[in-house]
Order: sequence, then C-alpha cells, then structure tokens
Amino acid sequence: MDQRISEIVAKYGTDPGSVIAILQDVQEELHYLPRAALERVAGDLSVPLSRVLSLATFYKAFSLKPKGRHPVHVCLGTACHVRGAQLVLEKFERELDIKTGETSPDRAFSLDAVRCVGCCGLAPVVMVGEEVHGKISPAKVAGLVKKYRK
Amino acid sequence: MAEVATARTYRLHLMVCAGTGCVSNHAFELKTALEREIEKHKLENEVTVVPTGCNGFCERGPILVVQPGNVFYQQLSVKDVPHLVEEHFLKGRPVAKFMYFPPEEKTPVPVLSDIPFFKKQVLVALRNRGLIDPEKIEEAIARDGYKALAKALTEMSPEAIISEIARSGLRGRGGAGFPTGLKWQLVRNAVSPNGGAKYVVCNGDEGDPGAFMDRSILEADPHAVIEGMVIGAKAIGAAAGFVYVRNEYPLAVNRLAVALEQARAFGLLGRDILGTGFDFDIRIKRGAGAFVCGEETALIASIEGRLGEPRPRPPYPAQSGLWGKPTCINNVETWANVPVIIDRGSAWFAGIGTATSKGTKVFSLVGKINNTGLVEVPMGITLREIISDIGGGIPGGKAFKAVQTGGPSGGCIPKEQIDLPIDYESLAAAGSMMGSGGMVVMDEDTCMVDVARYFLSFTQDESCGKCTPCREGTKAMLDVLTRITEGKGVPDDIALLEDLASAIKDTALCGLGKTAPNPVLTTLRYFRDEYETHIRDRKCPAHVCRQLNIYAIDPRLCLDKGKGCDVCRRNCASEAISGSKGEAHAVLQDKCIKCGVCADVCAFGAVRVE
Repeated sequence: MDQRISEIVAKYGTDPGSVIAILQDVQEELHYLPRAALERVAGDLSVPLSRVLSLATFYKAFSLKPKGRHPVHVCLGTACHVRGAQLVLEKFERELDIKTGETSPDRAFSLDAVRCVGCCGLAPVVMVGEEVHGKISPAKVAGLVKKYRK
Repeated sequence: MAEVATARTYRLHLMVCAGTGCVSNHAFELKTALEREIEKHKLENEVTVVPTGCNGFCERGPILVVQPGNVFYQQLSVKDVPHLVEEHFLKGRPVAKFMYFPPEEKTPVPVLSDIPFFKKQVLVALRNRGLIDPEKIEEAIARDGYKALAKALTEMSPEAIISEIARSGLRGRGGAGFPTGLKWQLVRNAVSPNGGAKYVVCNGDEGDPGAFMDRSILEADPHAVIEGMVIGAKAIGAAAGFVYVRNEYPLAVNRLAVALEQARAFGLLGRDILGTGFDFDIRIKRGAGAFVCGEETALIASIEGRLGEPRPRPPYPAQSGLWGKPTCINNVETWANVPVIIDRGSAWFAGIGTATSKGTKVFSLVGKINNTGLVEVPMGITLREIISDIGGGIPGGKAFKAVQTGGPSGGCIPKEQIDLPIDYESLAAAGSMMGSGGMVVMDEDTCMVDVARYFLSFTQDESCGKCTPCREGTKAMLDVLTRITEGKGVPDDIALLEDLASAIKDTALCGLGKTAPNPVLTTLRYFRDEYETHIRDRKCPAHVCRQLNIYAIDPRLCLDKGKGCDVCRRNCASEAISGSKGEAHAVLQDKCIKCGVCADVCAFGAVRVE
C-alpha cells in the first residue's frame, strides 16, 4: 500500500496544496482512508498529520471506515425527497440490516445518503457503485439488493 | 496545430443522448446496438451514431434524435433497435410507436421542435445541446465554437470586451445575480500584490439539491465554458484559470478534461493562443463533497487545498482571491453565455428578457411535474408557462401547490403567484431567489412544513461549523421543525422560528448561513395554516409527516378488487398486517412502523393514509 500511495503523491509533486486531490485518489484506490495511508501522505508531503486528518474529516467524499464492495448511495435531493426517497432509504436499512453510514459485516454493501446526484428527472434515484438506478420505490429495493448480492 | 479529421458525409445522423440521465437508462447499450444493427444492414457509410450531451427531457430517456429532420424517439430499449433501423433508417418509414405522445393523446408528435416541452425554450447557454458530440472539438467549431474567441483576441481590446459584456446586461447565473461586466471591471482594475498573477475561476460546485444545470452544460458543451473563460481571462488579464467541479459528476469531469486537451492541441488554450501571444491555461479541481464550497471564499480555500470554510468579505475575491490575488469567479452557465454575447453582440443578448434581467436562464424542472428535465427559457417568462406549457402540468390530476426555487437559500412560491414573471427582482420580492436554477414543483401531496424541515436538515448538515449562528441556529430551528412534524409542537414554536430566523439572517458569516432560514420564512408567509394544523390538530394535511399518519386497509377494496392478494402482508417488515390470502387484510396499529411499503405495493389502492 505504501508504494502505491507514494506513487500517487509523486504524481502531484510535493505541493501541500494537493492534499485534497491526493486523498481523492487514495480514496478511489482503497475505497477508504486508513490511518496508515493518512500518515504516509502527511510524511511524503511534510505536513502535519492533523492537517491531513482535518481535511479527511471535513469533506464528505472521504471515509475513514471501509466501504462495501457495492456502495449504495440513496439520493436525498429535493426532487427525490418529494417523491419519497426517505422511505427508500429506510427500506435499504431494513433490507441490508445496517444503518445509514454503516458497512455490512461481510463488506458486501455500505449504505449512505447523498444530497443530489443530479439525476432529478429520474427521482427517486439510487446509485450502486457507479450505476444510477432511477424511479426506485421501497418495493423495488429487495430486488435491487438481490441483483448485487449475487 | 492538430489535424482536423476529414468529415465524411452521412445521409442520417442518429444523435443518442448521453447525458447522465439517459446513460443511467442504458444509452450506451442503445448506441452499441444501433451501430451493430446499422453494420448488419451495411448502412455504416450512410448512417452514423453520435453521442451527445443532455437533451433535457430526462423523463423520456434514453432519447434518440434523427438528423436531418429532428425526429424525436424516446424511451428506446435495445430490443427496439432492429425494428427501428429496418423501418426508418433502411426503408425510410419513421416508427410512430417510439415517438412522443402527449399525455392523454393518441397521435404522436414526431418532430422535436413541435413537442410542447421544447417549443417555448430559447437556447443560448445550451445552444449546442443534442447537436454535437461534446468529445469532438471539430463539432463545436462547426457550430461557431471559438469564433468569439478569435474575435476577442484579434479585434477587441480588454476594455472593449468588458464593456460589451457590461452592455449585454449579463448577471451571474450562480444565484446572486451580480452584473458580470462590473465584476470583470473590478478584477481588471485591481492591482495584484507584487505585480503578480490574476486568476479566473469557474464555479461548477453545483450543490443545490434538485439542480443539475451546470452538470448538463459541462456534459453537453464543455467548449462553451472553456471559450468563455479564455475571453474572460483576456479581459481581466489572467494567466491561469481553474474549473472547480463536483466530484459527484464524473462524466462532466471526464468530458471537460477531454475538451481541455483538444483545445490545447488546437492552439486555443495554453501558450500563444491563436498566435496572438496571449498565454492562458485551465486546470480542473475536483470538489470533495462540501456544499459550502459553492460559496466563493470557501471555494477559494478548497482550491488552495485548505478546509472549505468561508471568510468574511470584504475583501472580495475581485481584490483578494486565490493566493491573495485578484480573482474573477463566475458560474458555469455565466461563462457559457459569454461567447454568444461576444459573437452576436450585446444588443442581441439584451433584446431577450426583461428590463433588469437579460438573456435566458436554465432551470432544472423537477418534482411533481409531468415533464421533468432541463429547460432554458427567456427571463420574464411566467411560472405558469414553465409549469403548464413546458412542464405539462402535474401528474395524476393532482392540484399544484407551490414551486420551490433557489435551493436551500430560496423559498416556496405559492400557486396564487403562478403568473409571476421569472426574473431576479420578482423572485426576490416573492421571498425566494433565482438561485442557480433548481425549480422543484410541489402538489397537494407535499407538506410544506416537511419541505421546510427538509431544507433546514440540509443546511444544518452542510453547515461548516465556523460561525455560531449557522452551526447552532440552524440546529435549533431544525429541532423545532422536527418537533412540529412529529406532532409535538407548541403554539409558541412559530414565533420562536421567526426569532431564530431573523437572528441567523442578521449574524451568520456567509451566504449559506444568511439565507438558510428562507425556506422556513417563505413557507410561514404563505402556508402558515399548515404549521398551525400540525401544532393545533396534530395532523399533517398532506399525509407526509409519518408520525402523524395512520395506515389502514379498506377491507371492501382489499377483498373485492384485490381478492385478498396478500402482497402487503408479505412485504411488511414489521409483521403489522393480519389476514391471509383470500381474506380481507388489516393493519395492526401497535406494530406498524409507518414505513409506507404496504401503500406502495398495493395495486388496488386499498391502503389508505389518514
């Protein structure tokens, strides 16, 4: 892992202004930011670990906990909200038996709420990984989970 | 200079919409299937398939427009392809069943420009949507792309560019509506410390929930934004620029990156642009998921690699922006308007719109509306025209209640004001704001207290926490609103909300905090009776606030129509439904968690919400 992180850091040079971009690439690579990775980034850029950690916890794109192989993002944008997205989110919680923000013990799924993925025309919208699923209702949740569980 | 690909002439161009909405409806699978079928019929030298940016009519995706002829096909699937290719592209007989049928009508509207959704639209910022492949610069150039850049760089002085933009009356499309020409003049006049650089920034951190205008522009026509920024850079004397894009928009980021690369290869960006000696380049900065970064001082902090926290203004970024240098920040749509103004002239642009709001505005028309999607309309159009004519009214024969504009900083405009003209001043007078262009339609089934609570939970969640009024004040307001929606409100709560709102408005640090109470204030202004009903009667008239709802099954409907189908019981997570197949079912109120699944799965409308 150290090797890979140093490669990412090298891509951006040692400009401390690049911390956010570096963390984005690390997050993409590992799907979360383990402490060891944050230490490595701080060390390579010669910035205090506290600064890296404050960025990693301020921005929502970063997670300090591992995400599932199929990260589920239920959109709670306005258009989705008025078309019943909250019911969809709660159905996912029951179906996956985890709370919003958690990852299932087998790491197959993680569940998060997001604020608008910009597909308002298809509300309510759920993203599983990079795939966008539109016009989801609570009744469609079980089928969707089953499709990815395979 | 890169070599321009030699264009082959085709009999037909199949424009497949490849915006995010259509892509999620399998537009790329459709494209592949079309290409395969065309090859099968050996038509590949006559018919070509072109992926385009968002057409706007997302509701009907995936969309295919056939050029020439502008024939509009909708909701196509891969299995429709053989029939479509054989009938229309081989035999020349357009296929009616894949066309658009207006609600309740039996004859289709074959041509895109005749469809009511498109008819009243005026495309300026979205001038190339659906007409070009956004990943091919040649197609943008063929549609007059970079023509204005050539004019600005070779025939116009910076002062002339600025005065042209000022005369056009263009105002910021990101929300506040600051005059663009004046902003450019301020940055041009500002002296950079130690004679250093100046910067231009494109704000593409489109955070308002229910809004996707900027995403669509970047996906459909990234060159319009690049061209606008180069012209702006020339006018203010900047040598570098940044586009700050939400990380949630991977397709937009990719298309922009491709466009930047191509613009450099064509000598339209980078060193010595068009041989005029002007150097300017643009870099992409991806956002990292923080709504507050749409605020300009927070955005600057984020580009610099710091926490996206706002700081007090003045100094404004025009004086002291990125790394303390004068910086001109405009939104995506504003930049996309610039080339057209330079190309066609300020008088042409100022001829569209109202006395104080010139040009067009892009809105994302979403929520409880038949035709959801992206629309560009002239300023001054009425809400009624947008909702009834373009949007096709409210689904299911429901009654229109309100429209929300301006996102979490805006407000709800009630049905009584449906003839309100859309411009900066009228919206502000109604207690809302133009905002970046989200327009969420609400019907009789929408609870306005719940909407207010929704926006407060959004701002509370997104508050960066730097200033107390926003961090603690929005929390206090949210607590009161939650209490009301749970049937625990007290009569003094309304006055308390008003007090908190005015304190936050007066004292918060940045625009996000100052405007956070707006959704509450406008709903209190127009829908006070709904708050009172929640507090006094412990009832939600729209049946949205679930703690106040009671789910019940009509035994007659269940048995007569549904024959006791048992679907509700099988889907109930809390075993709160009694009865077995063939019997009338009933909800066990003590076990019901009010999740609404039974109402959702019942095909016979037997589950009632009271």
